[in-house]
Amino acid sequence: MTRFILSRLAYAVPVVLAVLVTNFLLTRLVPGDPVTALIGDFPAPPDYVARLRAEFGLDDSVWTQLRLYLANLAQGELGYSFFNRQPVIALLAERTVNTLILMVPVLVLSSVLGILLGMLAAVQKVRWIDVTITALSLGGKSIPIFWSGQVLILLLAVHFKVLPAQGMQSLRGVEPGWPAFVDLAEHWLMPGLIATAFNLAIVARVARVSFKEAMLGDYVTTASAAGLPRRKILFGHVLPNALIPVVTVIGHNLTNLLTGTIMVEAVFGWPGIGELFMSSIASRDYPVLQGIFLAVALVTVLANLLTDILYAVIDPRVRDSYVRA
Amino acid sequence: MQSSIRASATAMSGPDRRLRKLLSSPLALFSGGIVLLLLLCAAIGPIIYGGQALDMSANRLAAPSGADWLGTDELGRSVLVQMVLGSRTSLFVGLAAAVSATVAGALIGAVSGFGSRGLDNFVMRITEIFQVMPSFVLAAVIVALWGPGMGKIVLVIALLSWPQTARMMRGEVLRIRSLDYVAAAQCLGMRPWEVLWREVVPNAIAPVITLGTLIVGQAILLEAGLAFFGLGSPDVASWGKMLNSGQRFFYQAWWLSVFPGVAIFVTVLAFNLAGDKLAEVFNPRSEH
Repeated sequence: MTRFILSRLAYAVPVVLAVLVTNFLLTRLVPGDPVTALIGDFPAPPDYVARLRAEFGLDDSVWTQLRLYLANLAQGELGYSFFNRQPVIALLAERTVNTLILMVPVLVLSSVLGILLGMLAAVQKVRWIDVTITALSLGGKSIPIFWSGQVLILLLAVHFKVLPAQGMQSLRGVEPGWPAFVDLAEHWLMPGLIATAFNLAIVARVARVSFKEAMLGDYVTTASAAGLPRRKILFGHVLPNALIPVVTVIGHNLTNLLTGTIMVEAVFGWPGIGELFMSSIASRDYPVLQGIFLAVALVTVLANLLTDILYAVIDPRVRDSYVRA
Repeated sequence: MQSSIRASATAMSGPDRRLRKLLSSPLALFSGGIVLLLLLCAAIGPIIYGGQALDMSANRLAAPSGADWLGTDELGRSVLVQMVLGSRTSLFVGLAAAVSATVAGALIGAVSGFGSRGLDNFVMRITEIFQVMPSFVLAAVIVALWGPGMGKIVLVIALLSWPQTARMMRGEVLRIRSLDYVAAAQCLGMRPWEVLWREVVPNAIAPVITLGTLIVGQAILLEAGLAFFGLGSPDVASWGKMLNSGQRFFYQAWWLSVFPGVAIFVTVLAFNLAGDKLAEVFNPRSEH
């Protein structure tokens, strides 16, 4: 197993490198200059501009810049933000924590509820759940999430005034402890529920199909003929057999952990990675953008690895093949 | 073997039966109707309203009423007129991006599936790299740095969408190339490219076109998202841009934020529904 994990990580290195180099070249080859973005349209003395360019290393050739970037990266050095004048790594860490506060409950809720809903729809043949799952997944694919967020704000924050419109905590400040937690939860509700609905739809749809198929297995007939209680059949036999495709989509949701919420974060002013990304684009903050790309690539690789390990946990056949390989 | 005989039997009576199945589904009719209505809007809307597009009036930020059905914006322009004009942008971007992605993806996928092992591996590694990169992130970066413009937005969306088409086409080609009739064609002395083009591709193309319908929806959403974040073309009317400028009057004028969003939602929903229904009809094994 350890060998399997190590070999998967080794396989991921070239993919991450390719992603980093592609992103680096894309940002450098399209026109647009961070220095102009930083000082604005304001006429600045040419020697000041030249000094800034030299300081940021922008007057080297693209290839030199790429080589320097990779060399620094190999030493764990992500550089300084042009705009915030802060180490990229500190900025990333702070924003990642905020995004995780938003997303971890979302992923847990959507996975558990999604599996339960899919199971109910397939096993109990409850029609309204079927319809809800189809509508949710079609709606989720079709609705512009930046817009539905706004409509919710209009309704719940502006019209009914039951929830805060934006941000992660109240500006007036609250006491630490329980009141702070309640305050955070209130801010989480709208963005969190929107993101949950979106992920839930994907999980439930796959779970429904997968449970339906698993229910057709001969072992289910055998088990019920042998008089096994229904609950035991469902959780002991059907669930493990139906879980592989569900784990695949949950893994897919996990890969979107950092970037899936860009729009939600932007609309609700949640100070996470997505928000940092949008503001770094506006200011052409290359080091921060590259840091985000690196974080996204790493999360993707780790999420895929975690998915593969989960396969092995669920399915003994997969486990065997890893051990043999 | 039996299943392939049955499959070819349904294929013979195919087109007629499929059309009937589509016409008997209310959801398919609904989505088809919406798409037709939008095409009509995009085609003749600008002819009817083109002159009034920039007509300003003293009637600023007026709520929806008998005179202005969907209200007016901060310059007194009719929201309805702008929405009709915006339909052209959404449809153009969506269709152009989907068609280019589908054509490019289908060609690359077909060659990858039919060509040598090495070529196949190479193409698949490239599509994997694309799939690791989050498309909205990349689109936003490219458009932000490169500068806005409809052509560029179409190009970026197509660039990010072709890998999914290529993978699907490759999968279909791999499946079909091992069928007996392909071997028969090869035995008859047809050249490989002829076999691919005349025997394999026509039988592999249906699911790829269905996927193309879904890409139209994705592309419209992506374009609207870019425009919403201020990365759209500044010189054309678009629903995303309306939402972007409506944000400033978010608390006073809800109609600026609500109606363009509904338009995006209904349009994308129509294309997604159409894609789902097409998939149902073209894939006899689908379980819906």
